[in-house]
Amino acid sequence: MGDEKYTGILIFAEQKNGIIHKVSYELLNKGRELANQLMAPVYCIVVGPKSMDLQELIYRGADEVYYVGNDFLNLPEELIYTENIINLIKRIKPEICLFGATSFGRSLAPRIAGNLKTGLTADCTELKIDEDGKLIQIRPAFSDNILAHIKTKTYPQMATIRYKEFSEAERDINRSGKIIKVDPILVEKTGVKILRELECMENDISEAEVVVAGGRGIKTPEDFKILYELAELLGGVVGASRAVVEENYISSQHQVGYSGNRVKPKLYIACGISGAPQHLAGMREAERIVAINSDPSAPIFNIADIGIVGDLYEVIPTLIEKLKKKEVAV
Amino acid sequence: MNIGVLIKQVPDMEKVKFNSERGLIDRKSAGTEINPFDLNALEAAIQLREMTDGKVTAISMGPPSAEEALREAIARGADEGFLISDKHFGGADTKATAHTLSAAIKKLGGFTLIIAGEKTVDGDTGQVGAETADYLNIPHVSYVSHIQAVNLDNIQVISDIWSGRYLKEMALPGLLTVTKNINTPRLPSFKRKMAARKAEINKLTFEDLKEYIALEECGLKGSPTWVNKIEVPPTATRKGKIIRNDTETAVNLLVELFKEMKVMEG
Ligand SMILES: Cc1cc2nc3c(=O)[nH]c(=O)nc-3n(C[C@H](O)[C@H](O)[C@H](O)COP(=O)(O)OP(=O)(O)OC[C@H]3O[C@@H](n4cnc5c(N)ncnc54)[C@H](O)[C@@H]3O)c2cc1C
Ligand SMILES: Nc1ncnc2c1ncn2[C@@H]1O[C@H](COP(=O)(O)O)[C@@H](O)[C@H]1O
Repeated sequence: MGDEKYTGILIFAEQKNGIIHKVSYELLNKGRELANQLMAPVYCIVVGPKSMDLQELIYRGADEVYYVGNDFLNLPEELIYTENIINLIKRIKPEICLFGATSFGRSLAPRIAGNLKTGLTADCTELKIDEDGKLIQIRPAFSDNILAHIKTKTYPQMATIRYKEFSEAERDINRSGKIIKVDPILVEKTGVKILRELECMENDISEAEVVVAGGRGIKTPEDFKILYELAELLGGVVGASRAVVEENYISSQHQVGYSGNRVKPKLYIACGISGAPQHLAGMREAERIVAINSDPSAPIFNIADIGIVGDLYEVIPTLIEKLKKKEVAV
Repeated sequence: MNIGVLIKQVPDMEKVKFNSERGLIDRKSAGTEINPFDLNALEAAIQLREMTDGKVTAISMGPPSAEEALREAIARGADEGFLISDKHFGGADTKATAHTLSAAIKKLGGFTLIIAGEKTVDGDTGQVGAETADYLNIPHVSYVSHIQAVNLDNIQVISDIWSGRYLKEMALPGLLTVTKNINTPRLPSFKRKMAARKAEINKLTFEDLKEYIALEECGLKGSPTWVNKIEVPPTATRKGKIIRNDTETAVNLLVELFKEMKVMEG
């Protein structure tokens, strides 16, 4: 059994501009499963702008949604969020507290765990309940080479969970639950001010269904044009290896890998990428992987579903031409 | 400006061997190096020092052998190094690590800015930076990919959050965690290497920090999380189709695949 003072599973449902991040629905799915084993309720916390419609969280499995709504809460400000979330955690006293391992979640959760003096497990890919009713948190470590099973002695047991590890909770419009409005805590001086949002990638690479990625096999920044063209024909976005980001061929938001974005598209096309472990760490879970590389011994071929040994400057233009013709024919 | 840089000595990931049958990491199989992300933290600190004057202090908690990492930090441009080492600090999780680092930072005193890496390649959590800021009760900004401006009171940085980039201003003292994209770390010069060899690496033990942290808060005892088990999954491979030097066949196969997956628009 867990600690009696702490019950229930609390999910931090992250939002941007009033839209709930999909990882929250995935957490609700897993959270519900764990809650059923523990016979405990599922709570959600939403911190965000005014007048968000939160019924969806109830349809997806939340029993109670605590909503701190105010327009000053729209931006990713860890320190204001921390105060508001800590306030709620102290009130709800959940035994388990889950955050999405998004960049924001990973910046926010340590602040909260530090403040509550409890343990925090990063970037989990699986969660289970042990025989003693405690949470087993499974996570890759050592640059994705091992899986560690981690348990927490303190309460709440806190973890951040990787995006796209669990499927989203199913929607049931007959589910009922409570939405509880909570007054925001104003933090006068956090020490951090957001001056402005500079830019936002139009198509978020971690959401894309198709990623066409280029590596050092691409000889000049201009040559990325052919990848953009192919991506457009496939309704996808352009990704890149770190090597070409370092060369400033393309901006870092396109980088795929251990120190860039983790992607899980239906289709990943690696063009002129050797397949270093740090690159694979960001894309090896793609449903289908195509690799185009002139070197038959490139490690990328070990994880490709279709491996094309050849010159990308020949293969890609030919492919584009063919796809364009097909379009005309339809 | 007085800048503290948090660095960790980690095994060289290119060389560590993982035994998937026995679920073991053979750390001895590899040499050690400074966590690659911390080299970016160090470089950022050195560049700030060059702009504003002041001092860069590299701080590391680890076994006595981590002295090597601090020496390397000096070779790369740090002014001094502090090794926080004690048998009581062993087995620390991110909470105990952050708590101990914060105790050392308080003990040393006088830092305007603390810089950490985005994550370590072994612990791989990316938590220690923000948790340390919390123990120090100072603000932090994570995933910093650019430092825009700095003065005595605050620093303006670009933080990559979600698919966006935000210009944030942080009051000092504060803590930054930086990504690999912030800079390209410089290599040690010959002169600095020689200096580093002779440099004195300062040591802090539990005795030195006991004003700021209790024994139960250190190391294994102070760690609320523990590793129950590890697994080493076999490396994933796919038995794919390989087409060699035959563009026509390759392209036809791809078009078939796209059709089957329904990824073509229009
Ligand atoms: C801490 C750390 C973090 C890292 N994080 C990342 C990360 O997040 N993402 C990442 O990608 N890397 C990362 N790296 C770097 C990684 O180790 C590799 O250096 C990098 O992925 C190599 O990029 P590449 O495959 O484009 O280049 P290369 O390894 O140089 O490969 C280029 C490939 O292109 C092929 N080629 C050349 N010309 C052609 C042609 N005309 N047609 C077809 N093929 C051609 C070559 O055969 C070769 O295989 C990281 C490294 C470290 C130490
Ligand atoms: N033992 C340590 N000593 C000094 N700094 C550390 C230590 N562990 C982690 N850090 C710092 O915290 C960052 C994040 O580490 P981690 O949370 O382990 O991924 C690292 O990039 C370092 O800057």
